[in-house]
Amino acid sequence: MTEHTSGTAASAVTDAPKPALDASLFTPAPGAAPMWRMVAAQAGMELRVMLRHGEQFLLTMVIPVLLLVGFSLVDVLDVGEGARVDALTPGVLALAVMSTSFTGLAIGTGFERRYGVLKRLGATPLSRFGLLAAKTLAVLGVQAIQITVLCVVALFLGWSPSLEPAGVLAVLALLLLATAAFSSLALLMAGTLRAEATLAGANLVYVLMLGLGGVLFPTSSFPEPVEQAVSVLPITALGSGLRAVLTDGSLPGLGAFAVLAVWTAVAGFLASRLFRWE
Amino acid sequence: MKRGAPAHVNSGPMDTPAVEVVDLVKRYGATTAVTGLSFTARRGAVTALLGPNGAGKTSTIEICEGFRHADGGKVRVLGLDPVADATELKPRVGVMPQSGGVPTGARAAEWLRLMASFHARPIDPALLLERLGLTSVSGTPFRRLSGGQQQRLSLACAVIGRPELVFLDEPTAGLDPQARMATWDLVAALREAGVAVILTTHYMEEAERLADHVVIIDRGAVVTEGTPAELTQGRREVRFSTAAPLDAVALEAALPTGGRVSATDSGGRNEYSVATDDPDDVGPEFLAAVTAWCASTGVLAEDLRVRRRTLEDVFLETTGRELRD
Repeated sequence: MTEHTSGTAASAVTDAPKPALDASLFTPAPGAAPMWRMVAAQAGMELRVMLRHGEQFLLTMVIPVLLLVGFSLVDVLDVGEGARVDALTPGVLALAVMSTSFTGLAIGTGFERRYGVLKRLGATPLSRFGLLAAKTLAVLGVQAIQITVLCVVALFLGWSPSLEPAGVLAVLALLLLATAAFSSLALLMAGTLRAEATLAGANLVYVLMLGLGGVLFPTSSFPEPVEQAVSVLPITALGSGLRAVLTDGSLPGLGAFAVLAVWTAVAGFLASRLFRWE
Repeated sequence: MKRGAPAHVNSGPMDTPAVEVVDLVKRYGATTAVTGLSFTARRGAVTALLGPNGAGKTSTIEICEGFRHADGGKVRVLGLDPVADATELKPRVGVMPQSGGVPTGARAAEWLRLMASFHARPIDPALLLERLGLTSVSGTPFRRLSGGQQQRLSLACAVIGRPELVFLDEPTAGLDPQARMATWDLVAALREAGVAVILTTHYMEEAERLADHVVIIDRGAVVTEGTPAELTQGRREVRFSTAAPLDAVALEAALPTGGRVSATDSGGRNEYSVATDDPDDVGPEFLAAVTAWCASTGVLAEDLRVRRRTLEDVFLETTGRELRD
């Protein structure tokens, strides 16, 4: 490949490197930055790359908002009793969380591995722990934006969530635990499969979870055996937990927490063992 | 330790080499990529690992960078173990991989700023972008940069933290001449600043121009090493080409001190090399004898030149193979 294959060829000529580089610029003065600064900088980078990515934006923002608005306004889906938006919002929030902490993280990390980005970062003073911390912060940042947007849209559509202090705490705990479970699954997938397989698999899981996971309607409308089976899915646990608090005004059952904790433990353990950095 | 002083520059004795590799072995399944390779790279000098593709250069450099484990032998980088002492080494060592290493959607300047933020006393990213001719593409995503621009950004990332030692894996592979010159300027500036540079290349011209020390590698082992001058001394030859084949035996007979004539195959042209066992024998009189014979037989010696051997010749002589195969 040459300079002149790109659209920036003209600038490559006018912007030619200066022949004499000032050597004193490179006088060795090595040293690592403080950990917090490395993590903050990396988290900011991850956040910007995630928000800029077109297809990811479609999965994380556009589809959840369209589902929420569409099925709240149009009466084509049996969402159960009560106001349509009240029934829909918890499930769509769960989908939004999954889209970032599972689908987006898996695809993004898979391609970073494929393009040698993880390997290259491994040669910088940023530790693996620092990188994971940065990714976690970026995921939580995107989710905060998603949840804010979806809640505002839902409130405009007439959403009236039940908000008890204990319920709010339970919602936060569910969101964090679900993020941990989805992220562990995402890293397990991204760290063991080829990038293309991760891309296909993560999108397939998104669609399957959307259909089976109680996102748009409660899983109680499924036949009993199916309902039992899907109740162990992390998105069902998150969705039903959120629905219990926000729609029914009760506290989520311990089952939801247990399901998410088991997924986190199993996927986290496997990812820490099997993750390949290149 | 004084605040603000370079924290790590003096940790470890300064007389330890930048890189010391002894009897290195690396296997991938049934293939042995590196078979007992040894070399030493001085601090503040440019060391080139020269060899054809697949010679084991990248395996060697990636073991030095701590990316891969050695299957045998010893590797010391700045006197430290690249795997066990990785945390201490990472701020002090800059790395430029052969390709990639940057997210496709990251913009040039933002990625370089990120790399700078990992270091205590980095070079100003805007200044480095300017010096490398990348200012106009600061906001361009990595995937839209040309090959040369991607390579230069990758190089900038390797040096932004003001390391003591940089590893450059094929820094100019596939670059056009202008971009290659820019990279050579930067390597020269690093050397002048006292940074140790280890680079791999399969361009002998690059090794000859840049390196203080050249390590020629083939099939996972060191074939020969030395300064470019040391490696290329010891032979001088007269080279020329002719329109029609000439009588090599007759030319040989006309030469003063046991000169040898060999025809080199150069794409259908008649290329001749005339040399002696002792390079000092190829002097003015020797050259006159060659041209006198040509004059007497009516042969026009085109592209006539007296030259020392090149690293390419050295490689051919020591391995029996062309460097670029």
